[in-house]
Amino acid sequence: MTKTPLSRIRNFSIVAHIDHGKSTLADRLIQMTGSLEHREMKEQILDAMDIERERGITIKANTVRLEYDARDGQHYVLNLIDTPGHVDFAYEVSRSLAACEGSLLVVDASQGVEAQTLANVYQALDNDHEIVPVLNKVDLPAAEPERVKQQIEDVIGLDASNALMISAKTGLGVEDVLEAIVHRLPPPREGEAGDPLKALLVDSWYDAYLGVIVLVRVIDGVLKKGQTVRMLGTGAKYQVDRVGVITPKMVMVESLGPGEIGFITASIKEVADTRVGDTITEEKRQTTRPLPGFKPAQPVVFCGLFPVDADDFDDLRAAVGKLRLNDASFSYEMESSAALGFGFRCGFLGLLHLEIIQERLSREFDLDLIATAPSVVYRMNLINGEQIELHNPADMPDVMKIASIEEPWIRATILTPDEHLGAILKLCQDRRGIQADLSYAGSRAMLVYDLPLNEVVFDFYDRLKSISRGYASFDYQLTDYREGDLVKMSILVNAEPVDALSMLVHRSQADKRGRVMCEKLKDLIPQHLFKIPIQAAIGGKVIARETISALRKDVTAKCYGGDVTRKRKLLEKQKEGKKRMRQFGKVEIPQEAFIQALKMSD
Amino acid sequence: MTEILDRDPGFGIYVHWPFCAAKCPYCDFNSHVRHQPVDQVRFGAAFARELATMRQRTGPREVTSIFLGGGTPSLMDPQTVGGILDAIAAEWTVPQNVEITLEANPSSVEADRFRGYRMAGVNRVSLGVQALNDKDLRFLGRLHDVSEALHAIELARANFPRLSFDLIYARPGQTVEDWSRELERAISYAADHLSLYQLTIEQGTPFFALRAAGKLSVPGAEQAAQLYEATQAVTAAQGLPAYEISNHAKSGAESRHNLIYWRYGEYVGVGPGAHGRFIENGQRIVTFTERVPETWLDLVERKGQGVTGGETLSRVEEADEFLLMGLRLVEGINLVRFEKLAGRPLEPRRIAVLREEGLIEPVGNSGLRATPAGMVVLDAVVADLAR
Repeated sequence: MTKTPLSRIRNFSIVAHIDHGKSTLADRLIQMTGSLEHREMKEQILDAMDIERERGITIKANTVRLEYDARDGQHYVLNLIDTPGHVDFAYEVSRSLAACEGSLLVVDASQGVEAQTLANVYQALDNDHEIVPVLNKVDLPAAEPERVKQQIEDVIGLDASNALMISAKTGLGVEDVLEAIVHRLPPPREGEAGDPLKALLVDSWYDAYLGVIVLVRVIDGVLKKGQTVRMLGTGAKYQVDRVGVITPKMVMVESLGPGEIGFITASIKEVADTRVGDTITEEKRQTTRPLPGFKPAQPVVFCGLFPVDADDFDDLRAAVGKLRLNDASFSYEMESSAALGFGFRCGFLGLLHLEIIQERLSREFDLDLIATAPSVVYRMNLINGEQIELHNPADMPDVMKIASIEEPWIRATILTPDEHLGAILKLCQDRRGIQADLSYAGSRAMLVYDLPLNEVVFDFYDRLKSISRGYASFDYQLTDYREGDLVKMSILVNAEPVDALSMLVHRSQADKRGRVMCEKLKDLIPQHLFKIPIQAAIGGKVIARETISALRKDVTAKCYGGDVTRKRKLLEKQKEGKKRMRQFGKVEIPQEAFIQALKMSD
Repeated sequence: MTEILDRDPGFGIYVHWPFCAAKCPYCDFNSHVRHQPVDQVRFGAAFARELATMRQRTGPREVTSIFLGGGTPSLMDPQTVGGILDAIAAEWTVPQNVEITLEANPSSVEADRFRGYRMAGVNRVSLGVQALNDKDLRFLGRLHDVSEALHAIELARANFPRLSFDLIYARPGQTVEDWSRELERAISYAADHLSLYQLTIEQGTPFFALRAAGKLSVPGAEQAAQLYEATQAVTAAQGLPAYEISNHAKSGAESRHNLIYWRYGEYVGVGPGAHGRFIENGQRIVTFTERVPETWLDLVERKGQGVTGGETLSRVEEADEFLLMGLRLVEGINLVRFEKLAGRPLEPRRIAVLREEGLIEPVGNSGLRATPAGMVVLDAVVADLAR
């Protein structure tokens, strides 16, 4: 156990919208407390993955222990838990926040409060956090700290009168942030070192050398090397190999006591064996009361991932396996499609999670992939009383057997400059939204809508960004399942159904979706030697139709002795191109057509 | 064995004369304009040397046809032509009934020259008439007008036993009616052979740049198809049916030289930028020569040949070329020969689909050909069959 008394430990996290300066502030805190030598600094230390640095998002929780000599002459240990900021990882965020007693609320002094900030700050309040508002980028000419302070009070209902004014970039006011952490955030609640061990599993990740590393917050008791521990949620038993803290270098310690944050390794093979939010206790003296709020990860969005080149299937299998090692919330099972061959049906926490996994597969594993349209999880209530979950439209049971279908709904919060409000209202209405609230804070409108998730996975976010010219911010949480008039729309090319293109849609949207899909395919499938009808159908009823006319003229006028080589080379190219097409009855559909047709845009 | 399965496609000699008086804006052939007189004696000697080198590779053969193409071969002096033909006769067996074609431009035609070519042995002339209206001739960059073209046709008919001429159609704005009338008029001047090409915008030509700049628009697929179909109808009605995509003749008057290409026979190519394909040591060889005339000349004088590249064709490549060329002919291809070349038959499922669409049809027991409907989209049909 480190020898710091609880009164001189602070556990805190930073709540901020993308680009409002969370990572820069974290870097600055690490630098100013001398946790890393100058030469070891690189930007956004806590965002370890390239993808995190590039996109300015945090995917995995991370932690750093800062040693700070405060102005009061005392030495403090400040544990910063960097949390993922995105709604897809809302559960992970809530567990990270549960490991802390306070938060810094970082708001860009010119941009103001955004939807994502709201969702996370409410989570922090739910965890009884003390919150210190911090206005960042006050040195920029566009900064309006007074307006933003007012907004924090109006929108969040937080006293912003003593908000800190800083510039994480220049270092202005960062010293005050450290002092505020010490003086305005509470120390950890008294735990009992003598009690049975009770620790929160905050997050875990896979390290090639150490195996699975588990980030923990000790509540009661002492966690030490050699101890046998049990995870209450999974029931698994492990012997602790190492105990340490992250400074951000990994430093081994003998033990961690109440209020402390650190890591353990315990010969755990897979990240999937650890569950975020689980309670870790001693095998010999088990705690009787597990920590509240534990729930297993639930995939919300599904899509099929297929290799463009069928020969890459084994590589894809290896790649998804490796990603799963480090990301237990990502799930997959093998799928075969007549259109796309062998691939995997994958489950994700949300759209960003889906995008990240897809990007990592192509970037880190160099795989060319086709992703089918994202689908949510539908509940099918069958006539026989059974309820099944549908992850893939292709698996939809016979309509005659279905009594009703339920779909997931979300509550969405949208913050936007008021000039875009009209367009956004229309978008939400078009997507079957039900308005729950509309309020104003200055010239910004806050809009709360209940929306079916399947309308949101279909390019909602892209549309929102485009109609608000990037100014609207959006966040959501899953609320419930509601019955809906949902139908399976099939796409037929030359009368052959193409499984990869079928989707579940609300009856009111079917005509439009069907029309758009047929129009797209008409442009994407090359002309053949015969005409090709493209149809969208519900059951046996065609709701939209386009026809690709037959090739009318395609013949080389002149071909003599000297032209043969050139014409043969052209033919070889054509043959090569045909290899990259999928055969549907008589029709050949280029891979590219699937990729384009399945893009979530209208 | 091959002879029994298929008629002997023959053995031809192609001679490329690479010079033109002016470059036409649609032409992507290997042609060059020189402002100093070309040293014809020196070039003639080089042709003879390259022919001798080729003879060593082909061994003794009987020549089915000789084709003097270009460029503008009618810019050659009759003595130069005579020298080349003598050189060929010195290397290979040239029978009495050999076909010897010379391409000529109406602008470079004189009665004396034609008589000279005939004396040298040329027995067939192919005239680059291209259009029978002056506006379109100017558009196509031709140096002659209609009356010169008609004069050239008349002279050629008087001097040579066989005559063909070329026309280019699907010009910008050309209607089916315009073209049909022009074609009927052309047929009234024609002997027994016509080559009718759709205008094709080739990469690297002035027309290509014009079209890219939006200053030239050619008929779209539908219009082009209608023009093609009108061509078939008019020529058939006038007794000059197509025997190949763009070639029309009375029965027996087909170009024997070009049939060698389409029936996938053997041919030797000499001169700058000429291609050849012949069997050497039991394998089909591709040859091609240096394109720049002076560089070619230098190569031949130093090394005896201007061949800069060559390869042995694989089975797949040979089979591809055989399909590509053979299906252009109305007579079609011999499937047994395809199987021998490819080492496998054509895929029955592909044949079935294309037959069902009415694009190909069987000929006898072992033949296959494109139907008239198939001919219009032949490139796509071949691409379907070839894999």
